[in-house]
Amino acid sequence: MQWETVIGLEVHLQLATNSKIFSGSPTTFGAQPNTQASAVDLAMPGMLPVLNELAVRYAVKFGLGIGAEIGMRSVFDRKNYFYPDLPKGYQISQFEAPIVGRGSFEILMEDGSIREIGITRAHLEEDAGKSLHEDFHGQTGIDLNRAGTPLLEIVSEPDIRNAAEAVAYLKTLHRLVTYLGISDGNMAEGSMRCDVNISLRPVGSETLGTRAEIKNVNSFRFVEKAIHHEIDRQADILEDGGEVVQETRLYDADRDETRSMRSKEVANDYRYFPEPDLLPIVIDDAYVEEIRSGLPELPAEKHHRFTEQYGLGNYDANVLSDSRSLADYYEAVVADCGDAKIAANWVQVELLGQLNRSDLDIEDSPVSAANLGGLIQRILDNSISGKIAKQVFEGMCQGEGSADEIIEARGLKQVSDSGALEIMVDEVISGNAAQVAQYLAADEAKRKKLVGFFVGQVMKLSKGQANPQMVNQLLAKKLV
Amino acid sequence: MVVNMSIEQDEIEKIAELARIHISGEQIGQVTQRITEILQMVDQLQAVDTRDIEPMANPLDATQRLRTDEVTESDRREAFQAIAPAVEDGLYLVPKVID
Amino acid sequence: MHNKSVAHLVQGLREKQFSSVEVTRCFLDRIAARDSQYNSFISVDETSALAAAKAADKQLAGGDAATLTGIPIAHKDIFCTDGMRTSCGSRMLDNFVPPYDATLIQRFKRDGAVILGKTNMDEFAMGSSNENSFYGPVKNPWNTDLVPGGSSGGSAAAVAALLAPAATGTDTGGSIRQPAAFCGITGLKPTYGRVSRLGMVAFASSLDQAGPMAHSAEDCALLLNTMAGLDPLDSTSSEMPVEDYRARLDNSLEGLRIGLPREYFGDGLDKATGECINVALKELEAQGATLVDVSLPHSQLTIPTYYIIAPAEASTNLSRFDGVRYGHRCDNPTDLHDLYTRTREEGFGDEVKRRILVGTYALSAGYYDAYYKKAQQVRRLIKQDFMDCFEQVDIIAGPTTPGPAFALGAKSDDPIAMYLEDVYTLAVNLAGLPGMSVPAGFVDNKPVGLQLIGRHFDEARLLNVSHRYQQATDWHLQHPAGGQS
Repeated sequence: MQWETVIGLEVHLQLATNSKIFSGSPTTFGAQPNTQASAVDLAMPGMLPVLNELAVRYAVKFGLGIGAEIGMRSVFDRKNYFYPDLPKGYQISQFEAPIVGRGSFEILMEDGSIREIGITRAHLEEDAGKSLHEDFHGQTGIDLNRAGTPLLEIVSEPDIRNAAEAVAYLKTLHRLVTYLGISDGNMAEGSMRCDVNISLRPVGSETLGTRAEIKNVNSFRFVEKAIHHEIDRQADILEDGGEVVQETRLYDADRDETRSMRSKEVANDYRYFPEPDLLPIVIDDAYVEEIRSGLPELPAEKHHRFTEQYGLGNYDANVLSDSRSLADYYEAVVADCGDAKIAANWVQVELLGQLNRSDLDIEDSPVSAANLGGLIQRILDNSISGKIAKQVFEGMCQGEGSADEIIEARGLKQVSDSGALEIMVDEVISGNAAQVAQYLAADEAKRKKLVGFFVGQVMKLSKGQANPQMVNQLLAKKLV
Repeated sequence: MVVNMSIEQDEIEKIAELARIHISGEQIGQVTQRITEILQMVDQLQAVDTRDIEPMANPLDATQRLRTDEVTESDRREAFQAIAPAVEDGLYLVPKVID
Repeated sequence: MHNKSVAHLVQGLREKQFSSVEVTRCFLDRIAARDSQYNSFISVDETSALAAAKAADKQLAGGDAATLTGIPIAHKDIFCTDGMRTSCGSRMLDNFVPPYDATLIQRFKRDGAVILGKTNMDEFAMGSSNENSFYGPVKNPWNTDLVPGGSSGGSAAAVAALLAPAATGTDTGGSIRQPAAFCGITGLKPTYGRVSRLGMVAFASSLDQAGPMAHSAEDCALLLNTMAGLDPLDSTSSEMPVEDYRARLDNSLEGLRIGLPREYFGDGLDKATGECINVALKELEAQGATLVDVSLPHSQLTIPTYYIIAPAEASTNLSRFDGVRYGHRCDNPTDLHDLYTRTREEGFGDEVKRRILVGTYALSAGYYDAYYKKAQQVRRLIKQDFMDCFEQVDIIAGPTTPGPAFALGAKSDDPIAMYLEDVYTLAVNLAGLPGMSVPAGFVDNKPVGLQLIGRHFDEARLLNVSHRYQQATDWHLQHPAGGQS
């Protein structure tokens, strides 16, 4: 049978606040265990939560970023369960009245097609601590530094149909939240964690199949692998006439498999009820409008503008709007050099290649946008050839200064002096009599190929600095 | 919704499991009895017409104050762990957790 | 010295009639000599109390004394005290020494008060007789065969037996007012949100409120001045400005309208107790107040409503006691589940377990709407009853309890009978209103309490009415025989 895959994603996004959602503890990553766990985070007797305004602001920002309904009156609830990384025995979350309601955003697939994915809701909650299973005499160690870190849980509609869409969704989401500046998006440090709900149904069926939830998949690659694996597993079961069990599964990256977490399934009854230590969060239009007016240009808008304003294709526009800083860099280069297409090429090929090789972010680029813009100007005004430009670019990477400084210091200026070029052309013609004879004997089509030899020789003689256009003209004049 | 007033012993056991409280075999009968009495007493509420009545979570119907995002807490691990039953290398210890 | 009011002690200290060390020593000696009869204290730290008294004397000598400088105050063992055990009457916290002070304790320290000791209470404030304490029951100083009421029974008994000039308590369903009534002292439960709950071990978050317990309304006003006010670290703490609660104590009662809810004077009320209340009301009438017949039609629903909401909130507030970070932990747990279930089996007493189970049940899947949500809806109806009454009257008055203190053990095996003890006090917590109990006579040598209920944040008026009543009566000045000398 042909199966259709139905996927919904729940993303837990750590919000980039300085302090925790309900306490004044720092949220810095990587501190010594339990040194960032205050009395509130440790659920000491009598301790009470107080809500961090920035977490609310970031949630609203996200809601506006996906055109969602904003919960003008949202409520925190207690989600009750016992686990050692959950000190209060309940997680403060939002159940019935989340701060962000229905919204959506578009994802761009590799083939250039666009899909719209619905967002069911997004709500604020606190993160749990961490269990460390290294051996403490057969015991587990609990670090509560992360407990109370603000999370925005973003729940998608079951609109996703395959692993590629899931990855595109996550990448688009990642780009959106980093554009908004509400999360550092650092997946390696767990800033964006994903639960995948996945089910299969016969193609053409409207009803949803039984789903499995795969917990805590923490990289784009693992999401893809876990989904592929889970599709195979469920298809095998269904093909054999079996039934998929609704359960929570854990993706094991080391073994590349998902396995059941039945231990967590025992009598899950979270007993949600409104958190009596917190009051309803009521925000007004002025607050929302103030946030709206401060929103940056969002990735989708920027992408669109890049195609319109700079005439870029979807692919280039996508790469160059990947982050706000890259897009800003690109636009600064364009402003300096005036040629959007050449700028797009240089930024994507030379600059990103260089950054990639040296494992640097755009923010740490050794070549400033002004310098790259200056370099392209010199190509455009024929001061240097494309080939020489690459040498200049390397010089920039070494910190040798601006394009003009490097051209000057290294003596790379293109030779466009017709007198000097003529001497070189004459030297090449006189030194290669056999090739000249061959050229003169050839027909028009063949000559076009053979002329390249002479150009190459002149370039060699000029150490690459000869103006190729002028060399061609001179050769055409002299080879008769 | 009409709630069944009597509660069976196995239901008490389920609730006790949710609440992570062990109840010994000799006590379960009496606990069930007492809780049944309490539930029968609170069951009077079922007769009240509460259509269109907004549930009241806070007696003042107040709304939440928001705190400025500032770090106000410093490391007090030593003081907190001095009163903990089992710690090592700054971690709280619990019996092995199996996922 | 031991039978002086807080107001007199403040004055005496200022006028150097005695020192804080002398006052503190006096009460410490009385506790040492007499508390074995009452069991009203769980912890007393003489050394630190005297050190604080000495520091207070220095301040007094230097002339920069605050409002309560040098006054020893007993605190219910539910308030976290930095470096001093805070047990909450439970085995679970028998070894718990918090590294922080509750906001209320900080405020008393700021105003110069000395911590005399931590008083006994029903475990986690769950009880109406103080028989549910891990540290044993408290005895009523008027008759040690009787309960002192609960859950702030230790505070009430300590003040009644003149072992402390004043104390703090907490009131979730009557836990200040009922023991105040049973022990013949004055107790005030302020408006919900008036006093910070930070560092007060939580029972039911939307009902809990701390308040003063003392001999007189004037002393309660003095203590409330220290306790009341916004705490930015408690989201439910109110921003309403705080007034000087002594300023209006002497105001005339002329024109005051007092509502008498007929539901509070019905069949359930002990006849002799009712007579005491009527005599007290006559006194208020004599001072110019008008008595108005009113109704609180949903009164019969307060017990079921309360016994859903309070256990539901408690069941999750008490989840943090898991043997991992502080407090009791069972020996040699075999696995995580064993750690949880045995720690909690051993650490909690019967009534606490019962309420956790009831609350867990009320919140569990399939029952939430029928129980918790329903109770929160009825809660609004109950509050509305009061709001309607306050359209016609300024305060509401009635008995604090259906009868005087009962015998130890009389109701300890019957939770429902025990719950009925709070029939007149629960609604005040559900509605978040301020309520007071004022000594109003005796039935067979057992004190009777007059309850006064005010509008939200109208504590000053309750204190005014109580003070005027106490100017005309001497019930509050009577002390149990064992407490004299």
